[in-house]
Amino acid sequence: MTTKVYDVIIVGAGSVGCPAAFFLAQAGIRPLVIDQFASPGQGSNKAAIGGIRATHSDTSKIRICLKSIEIFSTWQELYGDDLEWYQGGYSFVAYREREEQVLKDLLRVQQSYGLNIRWLDREELLEVIPALNPHGLIGGTYSPGDGSASPLRAAHAFYRRAVERGAEFHFNERVTGIITRGHRVVGVRTDKGGYATGTVINAAGPWARGVAQMAGLDVPVVPDSHEAGITEPVARFLEPMVVDTRPAQGSKNYYFYQHKPGPVVFCITPEPPIVGTDRRETSAFLPMIARRMVDLMPRLANIRVRRTWRGLYPMTPDGFPIVGRARELEGYIHAVGMCGQGFMLGPGLATCLVKIVQGSLTPEDEEVLAGLTPYRDFGGEEKLK
Amino acid sequence: MPDYRVREHPILPVEERPTFEFTWQGQPMAARAGETIASALFANGVRIFGHHHKDGAPQGLFCANGQCAQCLVVADGLPVKSCMVLVQPGMQVQPLEGLPVLPEVEGVPEMRPLETVEVECLIIGGGPAGLSAAIELGKAGVRTLVVDDKHRLGGKLVLQTHKFFGSIEECYAGTRGIDIATRLEEEVRSFENVQVWLNTTALAVFSDRRVGVLQSQHYVVVHPHVLLVATGAREKSLVFKGNTLPGVYGAGAFQTLLNRDLVRPAQRLFIVGGGNVGLIAGYHALQAGIEVVGLCEALSDCSGYKVHKDKLARLGVPIYTSHTILGANGREQVESVTIAQVDRHFQPIPGTEKSFACDTVLIAVGLDPVDEFTRKAKEFGLPVYAAGDAEEIAEASAAMFAGKIRGLEIARALGRDVGVIPPEWHHTAEILKSRPGAVVVEDIPEREEGVFPVLHCAQEIPCNPCTSVCPQGCIVVPADDIRGLPEYVGEECTGCQRCVAICPGLAITLVDYRQDREYPTVTIPYEFLGHTIHAGDVVTVLDTEGAILGNVEVVKVRAPRMADRAHLVQVRAPREIAKRIAGIRVQEEAVAEPLAHIVGRIEDDAMVCRCERVKAGEIRALIRAGIRDMNEIKALTRAGMGACGSKTCRPIIQRLFREEGVADFVESTQRPLFVEVPLGVFAGISVGERPEEAVLVHATDIHEGGV
Repeated sequence: MTTKVYDVIIVGAGSVGCPAAFFLAQAGIRPLVIDQFASPGQGSNKAAIGGIRATHSDTSKIRICLKSIEIFSTWQELYGDDLEWYQGGYSFVAYREREEQVLKDLLRVQQSYGLNIRWLDREELLEVIPALNPHGLIGGTYSPGDGSASPLRAAHAFYRRAVERGAEFHFNERVTGIITRGHRVVGVRTDKGGYATGTVINAAGPWARGVAQMAGLDVPVVPDSHEAGITEPVARFLEPMVVDTRPAQGSKNYYFYQHKPGPVVFCITPEPPIVGTDRRETSAFLPMIARRMVDLMPRLANIRVRRTWRGLYPMTPDGFPIVGRARELEGYIHAVGMCGQGFMLGPGLATCLVKIVQGSLTPEDEEVLAGLTPYRDFGGEEKLK
Repeated sequence: MPDYRVREHPILPVEERPTFEFTWQGQPMAARAGETIASALFANGVRIFGHHHKDGAPQGLFCANGQCAQCLVVADGLPVKSCMVLVQPGMQVQPLEGLPVLPEVEGVPEMRPLETVEVECLIIGGGPAGLSAAIELGKAGVRTLVVDDKHRLGGKLVLQTHKFFGSIEECYAGTRGIDIATRLEEEVRSFENVQVWLNTTALAVFSDRRVGVLQSQHYVVVHPHVLLVATGAREKSLVFKGNTLPGVYGAGAFQTLLNRDLVRPAQRLFIVGGGNVGLIAGYHALQAGIEVVGLCEALSDCSGYKVHKDKLARLGVPIYTSHTILGANGREQVESVTIAQVDRHFQPIPGTEKSFACDTVLIAVGLDPVDEFTRKAKEFGLPVYAAGDAEEIAEASAAMFAGKIRGLEIARALGRDVGVIPPEWHHTAEILKSRPGAVVVEDIPEREEGVFPVLHCAQEIPCNPCTSVCPQGCIVVPADDIRGLPEYVGEECTGCQRCVAICPGLAITLVDYRQDREYPTVTIPYEFLGHTIHAGDVVTVLDTEGAILGNVEVVKVRAPRMADRAHLVQVRAPREIAKRIAGIRVQEEAVAEPLAHIVGRIEDDAMVCRCERVKAGEIRALIRAGIRDMNEIKALTRAGMGACGSKTCRPIIQRLFREEGVADFVESTQRPLFVEVPLGVFAGISVGERPEEAVLVHATDIHEGGV
């Protein structure tokens, strides 16, 4: 039996794996993508709510997401697929001095990176988001360059265009081992066979730790779950993604936006976190988030909830992704621990992964990836997860 | 102004109710108190409720059951499901054109704390199965909560004007469905430990084994120890050109408008599907004065009871077996239907097309169990039982029996001493579920003297009321199985007519030679308005299967109490035909005549997902391109992401996979909610006051059973 040889094998056909396959194939590198589910995006990608912002607090995520926004916003023009990209912006709202202070402190950092984000006082913010509860509203940040798109449509577009360019995808197949010789990757074993390759990219999202362990490596990625929901479509009434960072009983922040075809998509961060890979829906979620959303935006009281679901956030100790080559094992690349932001990071990150594979990183890229190195001290903490 | 209300009905009472005005597109219209917006609009001849935001397709009523959102209208500024919301005096109703505009809300509404309730047994569905189970649980002292999304108990029984099959002792045979509902309800209400929440929709089963229900706009989380799913069935949908035009409905929606709301949804009806549901719907339509143009069935014979089919044929409805629907035609609503004969592979045979003018096409091509609650409960480890159509599609009589059995099983599982479930119950349940047997040649007696019944009953079905009512014991079914064909034995018939009056199939006549051997009288059951037939009238009589025998004179019309609102019509007929007479034609032959030309629909708009407007062609193309994951189809086309939560298109997509020769495909993931609910409801906002009956079952009262 001859073993098929691939330039790169990507574990996971999700928010990171699909765009990575596309950009690799685009660069003439033939990848094989292996996924345990039946079609693209069936792990955590389809659970993502679709927000895309560059307005983070550190250079790595800012640069990567600026690239992602460029890709999302020009995709239809370049490749023809409608990803339902909508540039409605993001707004973090403040009803208490505490949030106002945190957001304004952060704003200075974000503006120093040249991001298009500014503070709107109460009246200005109500002009952008007229449906906000004005009572007690102080103001909020507004970043009109951010937006949203459909995770499933995006994953599918990357997948289809990657296949057109020579990428292969194996679905319903589970990786069971990373084959090494000396300190070098030579192949991947699955429940259906084995494949030879010199390069493996771990893009397995919440299942990344298990994949790393197959290569004798460990990455501190622990999934926890968040619940989300979607409503019926209604005529446009809301432009930006609204984020409320106030803590409440049982939850931290929550956020929602109106997707391009009209529905409102919403999500909440439970507190304390619910660690584990349980993706079954609970009875606690809707009453918890509905109160907060209706209080923040009373107009939402009449919108009909259509579906809810629970998705996994592959968390790292400091809230930043882990990306880069493994020093211990030649040919092994981490692209894990997206902390719930894999969808917005994915395409931008994919362009970096191509350069990592090619060995063509510029000093600027090195700087971007420095903050995400697997070998950092994980003591820091992300300001706005 | 058109008026499509049923003003008189042979079986259903037409109550006087206050009327008031509302407006549609600014035009005043009359409504009856207590009716839904949809019914009020239909009564005024309006059945296009808006246009779809994607392709501008006309939208109207579809499920009439709150399950989809095809019937959305804007009422006083708020987008609502017109089939569920009652019309109010002065209400301003507008069509929904495109996406709805979310109304503004002043200030933050008051939010009540979340309510949770613990019960031993939660029954979802107050139809024949759920109520029968509730009675057994009531007897066993189990704290039970029955939730039902309608305003009265009985499920689909309340739509059934016909008499039931089965046996009198075991399942109310010979009694009309509407009356069985009342009897079951009375018994359920007699138990203090059984609580009933009407207007309460179950929304989801969650992984923490809680069931979210919406009780008249109040969200309540129920924590049951055991769940009984008695949610009934969902109608299968069919893919054909024009299948989403207003005027194409399922039988359930049709019967809801007609028999619950007393609104005639059609003037001229064509029926697709020859199972009991389609056959009975045709009968109900005729009773309400609706013309039934025809019925087509793809199989070589109707799958429903022969007595139902014969009843329809005798009234003058042509039945086209081995025929399928090619399309519903019309621009904004149904104007005609085109059918064609099919070959052995169910493919239409060119040249056999026929078109009929009609305004409504009724789809009755079978039922699927509503099993999403059962599946979720199993997945989450909540002890769950299912009864009735939710478990297995069968007759309501079988559902009642299954409900009784499940009730006892649950009581036992909860630690109650209910003894052994009688083994014959299981036997009876199986018999009631059995499919009709083969058709035999009708046995017309030789004799021509005295008086005796003729049993036009030539197919084994589980039914025996005729044997129970004969005071002389002259009608028997062979052996100990109510499925056997009844036979008249002996000589003792007194001509009491009880058998004629009770037969649910209207398949018994009484032939009396005592006055005149050459011109005997024949007594025929007649379930139409009394003033449509009088002594002295000349009527067309037909044999069992609808062949015309001749015209005869009516000599007497009676409506004895034992016939329960039916009439017994006595005709005088020549000896040659008397014993073969089985019915009186009510519909003129001309009604059923096809159009002189064939109407073809050019646009290929056979829809699979009506919520998101996804065509069959699009889905087939994806399957042919190699897609094997229904989730992928969903991602690419949005099929299944709409308001009905894939209830309609999911089985169709599965069928398309099979038609394309693909058996190995991945099912799409199903997520709650099973019905769309406004976000404010989950926030504890409630419109209006909580109904009186909503006194809570306290957790402290719960018997700690063995679960």
